[in-house]
Amino acid sequence: MMMTLTYNTAIVLGGTMLLGANAGLVGTFAVLRRRALTGDALAHAALPGLCLAFLIVGQRNVPALLTGALVTGVLGVMTISFLRRMTRVKEDAAIGIVLSVFFGAGIVLSRLIQNLTTTGSKAGLDSYILGKTAGMVAQDVVWVGGLSLAVLVLLVVFYKEFQLVSFDPDFACSQGWPVGRLDLSLMGLIAATVVIGLPAVGVALMAALLIMPAAAARFWTDRLSSMLVLAAVLGGVIGAVGTMASASVSKLPAGPVLVLVGAVVFLASLLLGPKRGVIARMRRHLQFRREFAERSLLIQAATAVNIPPWGSTNRPWNGFTTEMVAETAGWPGSVVKQRLRQAERRGWLATTGDGRHEWTDSGQTRAAALLRGRALWKLFLLEMPDLAGSLADLGEESPEGVLPPELMAPLRAKLEAMQARAGQGSEP
Amino acid sequence: MSETGLAVWTIVVGALGNAACALLGCYLVLRRISLLGDAISHAILPGIAVAFLLAGRIAAVPMFLGAVVVGLLTAFLSQALSSFGRVSEDTSLGVVFTSLFALGVLLITNVAANVDLDPGCVLYGLIEFTPLDTVNLLGFEIPRAVLTLAPVLAVTIGFIALFWKELLISTFDAGLASAMGLSANVVHYLLMAMVAVVTVASFEAVGSILVIAMLIVPAATAHLLTDRLMWMLGIAVAIGVASSVLGYFGAVWWNTSVAGMMAVTVGAIFGLAVLLAPRHGVLVKLVRTLDLALRIRGEDVLAALYRREESHGEGEALPARDASRAAGGGNLGRLALMRLRRQGLLTWVTTNALGLTAMGRVAGHDLIRAHRLWEIYLYENFSLPLDHVHEPASRIEHYLGPDLREKLAAELASPPSDPHGRAIPRPPSDG
Repeated sequence: MMMTLTYNTAIVLGGTMLLGANAGLVGTFAVLRRRALTGDALAHAALPGLCLAFLIVGQRNVPALLTGALVTGVLGVMTISFLRRMTRVKEDAAIGIVLSVFFGAGIVLSRLIQNLTTTGSKAGLDSYILGKTAGMVAQDVVWVGGLSLAVLVLLVVFYKEFQLVSFDPDFACSQGWPVGRLDLSLMGLIAATVVIGLPAVGVALMAALLIMPAAAARFWTDRLSSMLVLAAVLGGVIGAVGTMASASVSKLPAGPVLVLVGAVVFLASLLLGPKRGVIARMRRHLQFRREFAERSLLIQAATAVNIPPWGSTNRPWNGFTTEMVAETAGWPGSVVKQRLRQAERRGWLATTGDGRHEWTDSGQTRAAALLRGRALWKLFLLEMPDLAGSLADLGEESPEGVLPPELMAPLRAKLEAMQARAGQGSEP
Repeated sequence: MSETGLAVWTIVVGALGNAACALLGCYLVLRRISLLGDAISHAILPGIAVAFLLAGRIAAVPMFLGAVVVGLLTAFLSQALSSFGRVSEDTSLGVVFTSLFALGVLLITNVAANVDLDPGCVLYGLIEFTPLDTVNLLGFEIPRAVLTLAPVLAVTIGFIALFWKELLISTFDAGLASAMGLSANVVHYLLMAMVAVVTVASFEAVGSILVIAMLIVPAATAHLLTDRLMWMLGIAVAIGVASSVLGYFGAVWWNTSVAGMMAVTVGAIFGLAVLLAPRHGVLVKLVRTLDLALRIRGEDVLAALYRREESHGEGEALPARDASRAAGGGNLGRLALMRLRRQGLLTWVTTNALGLTAMGRVAGHDLIRAHRLWEIYLYENFSLPLDHVHEPASRIEHYLGPDLREKLAAELASPPSDPHGRAIPRPPSDG
C-alpha cells in the first residue's frame, strides 16, 4: 500500500521517531538500573502537574504544561525515594502509592478543569492520558528533536560516568565521583523524556516506550554501547511503524498502537536474539546436551573395554557390544542404542552387523582425550577442592586451557604417577 | 431515587469495593508484590473488552471468568518471562501489563466507537452512575454494582478465613511453608485470582488505575500503624471505607470525580500516617531522636559537673558557656540545659553559673558509677589499654540502668576503684 507522505504525517513521523529513539537511549539506563516502573510512576505523577499548569496559565500552553508535568513527576519520584528511605514502606508499595494517588489527584483536577471550561478544551487534556500523535506540529518536533540532541550529547560526554554509576556505584563512589548527582541527572533525563513523550503516547503508556526498546535491545548484545545504539534504533522504528499503523486506521489512538508494536519487537527479540534469545539459548542447550551425551558414550565405551586414562591409541582398541556399554553405563537400552547410532554417524565408531562396534582412528583419539580430560578433572576436584568452586568448568572436556599452568603441572604429574604405578601398561 | 438515596448507594458501592481491595491489598503489600496487583488491574482490561464485545453488555459471570484467566495469565507470563526469558522482574512486569493494557485500550476504543462510551472511564470509573443502574430485589431498587460487589466482598472474606494459615505462613516464611508441604505457588496463584476478581468487580466503580490505589494505599497505611496482621486487615478496611465516605463528600463539594477524590483522600490519610504513626511515623521518630539527644547531652553536663565536684569539692558550678559546651553546644545544648533545670537537676548557683542540685548530684553519681564500672569491665574482659576505655564508657554510660549497674558490680566483685585509680561511687544503699 503506497502511502503519500503529507507534510503533517512527515512531521508526526519525525517527531515520534525522535521520541522513540530518545526513549530507547534513556530507557536503557532505566532498565539496567531496575528503574523501569519508577518511570511508570513518573508518567502517572505528571498528570496533576499538567492540570495545575493549565489552571495557572489559563490556556493550553504546551511548554507550561510540560513544565508542570515535570515538576509533579519529579516530586513523585522524590516521594518514592523518601518513602523508601525514611519509612518502612517498601519500594514496590511506594511506587504503587505515588502512581495511583498522584494520578487520582490528576483526575480530580482534570474534572475541575472540565467544569470550568467548555467541552472543547477538555479533549486537550484528555489526550495526555492516552496520547495523540496527530496533534503534533512542527514546533513540537523541534522540542523533541532538541531534547533528544541534548540527551545524546550528555550521554556521549558523560558516558563513562553513567556507565560506571549504573554498573558499580560503590566503586564509582570510592573513586570520588559524585554518584548522587550523576544518579539525579540520569533521573532528570528520564523525567524529561517521559514528559516530552506525554502528548504523543500518553500518561498510561509512556512507561512502555521507555522499557520496550531497551529491553528488546538487551537480547542482542552484552555491551552497553551497542545496547544504547540498538535501543535508539529500535525506539525509532517502533515510533515510525506505530505512527504509520495508527495513521492508516483513523480511529486508533497512537499510544496503544505504539506499545503493541513495541511488544511485537520485544517478542521478536526475545525469540531471535542471537545470544540471549530464547531460540538461541534452546539451540545451545540442545547442542550441549548432544555433545555431552556423545562424550559420555565414548567414555563409557572406552571404560567397557578397560582403557585406562593414559591408554595409548597406537594399537587399535578392542571392539565391544551394545550390552557391554549398557552394563558399564547403567543406561536403558534405548538410550544406549540411540547414542551409539549418533556416534557412528559422527564417525567415532563403526558397526558390524551383529551388534558389535569397532573404534575408528578418530574415535580412539577422541575417546583417549576424553578419558584423560575426565581423569584430570577428577584429580583436580580431589586435590584442590577449595578451588573447585571458582575454577572448575566441567562443561569443558579437559582442564587444559581452563586451569592456569601452575595448577595443571601437578595434576599431570599425578596422572603420570598413577600411570607408572599401573606399570606403564597401555594394554586394553 | 432520591438525592440521599443516590449518595448512600454511591458510598456503599465505593465502600464495598474498597473493603475487598483493602483486605487483599494487605497481603500484596506484605508479600512485596504490590506492583503485581497494579499489573493485574491494568491487564484485565482486554478481558473485560472481549467480554463486553461478546456479551454486548456488562455481564457478570463471563467477565469474572475472563478476569480470573487474564489475572492468572498476567502473573504467569511475567513470572515466565523473568525466569525463562532471563528478563529482570520489573521489566518483565512492565512489558506484560503495558502490552495487555494497550490491547485493552484498543479494544475498548473500538467498542466505544460503536457504543457511545468514553474510553477515559476505563481509567477512572463511573461510580457516579452506578446507583442509577438498579435491579429489583425483593421489592427494593438495588444498584447492580452492589449486587456484584457484596458477594465479592463476602467471597474475599471467606477466602481469607479459609486460607488464613496458608496465607499467613507463605507470606511471612515461604521456606517454612514449603517445608510444611504447603505449596506457596498455589497460594500465590489463588491470591492473584482473587485480586483479579476483586479488580473486575471494582473496575466499574473506580476504574483500573484507581483500583490500584484501593489495593495498596489502605494496606500500606495500616502497615505503618500496626505490626499485627489481624489489626492490619481491620485498619485497612476501615481506611478504605472512610476514604469512600470522605472521598464522596469531597467530590460532591468540589464537583469533581468521586473515584479521584477517593484516591486523593486515601493518599492524604496515608500521608498523615507517614508523619504521625505512633511507632513508625516520621515526625514521631524525629521527636524520639530529639528526646534522646537532649537526654544524652543533659547527662553529659551532669557527669561533667559531678567530676568537677569530685576534684574541686561540692557546690562547684560551671559558667553558663562552659555548661553549654559540655552539653554539646548549639541550640540543642541550650535546650538540654533548660531541660535539666526544669527537671530540677540543675540550678543557677550564681547569676552566670550552673550547679548540681541534690537530685542532680544523685543522677551524676549514678552516671559516673556506670561509667567507671564499664571501664573496669572493658579493661578486665577485653584487655583494652587504659587510654581506650574512657571513650566507649562515655557512650555506654547513658544506657546502663540501675539493674545493669548492680549486675556489673556483682560480676566485677564490687571493686573500689576504676582502672585509672579513681574511686567508684558507692551504690546508693551505702550512702
